[in-house]
Amino acid sequence: MLSRRIIPCLDVRDGLVVKGVRFRDHVVMGDIVDLALRYRDEGADELVFYDITASPEGRSVDRGWVEKVARVIDIPFCVAGGIRSVHDARTVLHAGADKVSVNSPALERPELIAELAAAFGVQCVVVGIDSLCDADGEWRVRQYSGDPSKTRALARRTLDWVAEAQCLGAGEIVLNCMGSDGVRQGYDLEQLGAVRALCHVPLIASGGAGAIEHFRAAFVDADVDGALAASVFHSGAIAIPALKQYLQAQGIAVRIP
Amino acid sequence: MAVVLVDAGGTNIGSVRYALQRLGVDAALTADAATIRAADKVILPGVGAAGPGMARLRELGLVELMRSLTQPVLGVCLGMQLLCAHSEEGDTACLGLIPATVRRFAERPGLRVPHMGWNGLSVQREHPLLHGLSAGEQAYFVHSYAVPLNEWTLASADYGEPFSAVVARGNFHGMQFHPERSAAVGAKLLRNFLER
Repeated sequence: MLSRRIIPCLDVRDGLVVKGVRFRDHVVMGDIVDLALRYRDEGADELVFYDITASPEGRSVDRGWVEKVARVIDIPFCVAGGIRSVHDARTVLHAGADKVSVNSPALERPELIAELAAAFGVQCVVVGIDSLCDADGEWRVRQYSGDPSKTRALARRTLDWVAEAQCLGAGEIVLNCMGSDGVRQGYDLEQLGAVRALCHVPLIASGGAGAIEHFRAAFVDADVDGALAASVFHSGAIAIPALKQYLQAQGIAVRIP
Repeated sequence: MAVVLVDAGGTNIGSVRYALQRLGVDAALTADAATIRAADKVILPGVGAAGPGMARLRELGLVELMRSLTQPVLGVCLGMQLLCAHSEEGDTACLGLIPATVRRFAERPGLRVPHMGWNGLSVQREHPLLHGLSAGEQAYFVHSYAVPLNEWTLASADYGEPFSAVVARGNFHGMQFHPERSAAVGAKLLRNFLER
């Protein structure tokens, strides 16, 4: 049986892992390779590295740290941030990443998803979606969320974008629910459930994990394939081995190495 | 021991190479027929689609060479599928070293394709390649096409239906999952292959 995945997310800025609250006010959490190794040892199933400033600054992700991570890590990892072309993706994949995640550049030019899927197969192509509930009650997509001064609200409905991204060749969707990100009150189960209903590829929940029960709820109530979190893992508030023991006791399929 | 990675354009070549380095083996990346023929062990990594994968082997003039190898050969992920007779993906004739057809996962409610993540391995047949593998140990899979169970299946995994996770026929071996990304389990199976 396929295990539900626990995925620490490492936001990378200038070669260091950082974390902000609601995507703002970033503080340094540590060295990329040190944290990657720590999570591998604790039993993380996968790692995601977001170069959070690459897209707003219009530059591509730095290949050096990708290769450093690939040399030491023996679990899969995905790189996101500033991948704007097949060329950018190839650089990152050849440096040793298993998947690339595209977000803002795919909103600028949706056919990028199709180009990546054609070049590398859908299994390499993750589409990250930053989504927020607007005053009218509709979930809509945000762009350039790595830099609050450049973040843009788009007219595009989140559910429409999920459907379009899958048609174009997304092999996995990471839904970052910005309204719940960083505040540790739980994943946005309502939004995840709505996306799950129309998402036929793996769906990863992101934003809001604060307690082990939140992971259970995401897996059981929203039926997501993986749950991503950052600060609760970085701070040690939730230890991955204890989290997995709890989930297993709750009857959820997990990998206990 | 000379281990070569066949450079057939797969994007996981770097990861496989690093995994071998962690086991103390420096594998050469090559598309040169003489180098491949002379190697002690040959690994065919692969990520991507069957059609372009076979086209690349043809372009490099490696199809007949791959078929003629007598040393231990390991196909990883797409590389394993290319060892089979035929793939439904792009209706592609493959190397025909393992008489099996690669099929797309059937659409079922609640079954997401691609099959992506960690899944348990079940031993179907004792084999040195599986030495030390315990029941329920998991490996990392990413694929939309799979090889059904057949007489060459050594280990299976289950995703809506059981499928071949590890196959072997003579000197040709295949792993559908990514041993290079399957933590200690992957390292153990790669080491077993290197000791073949």
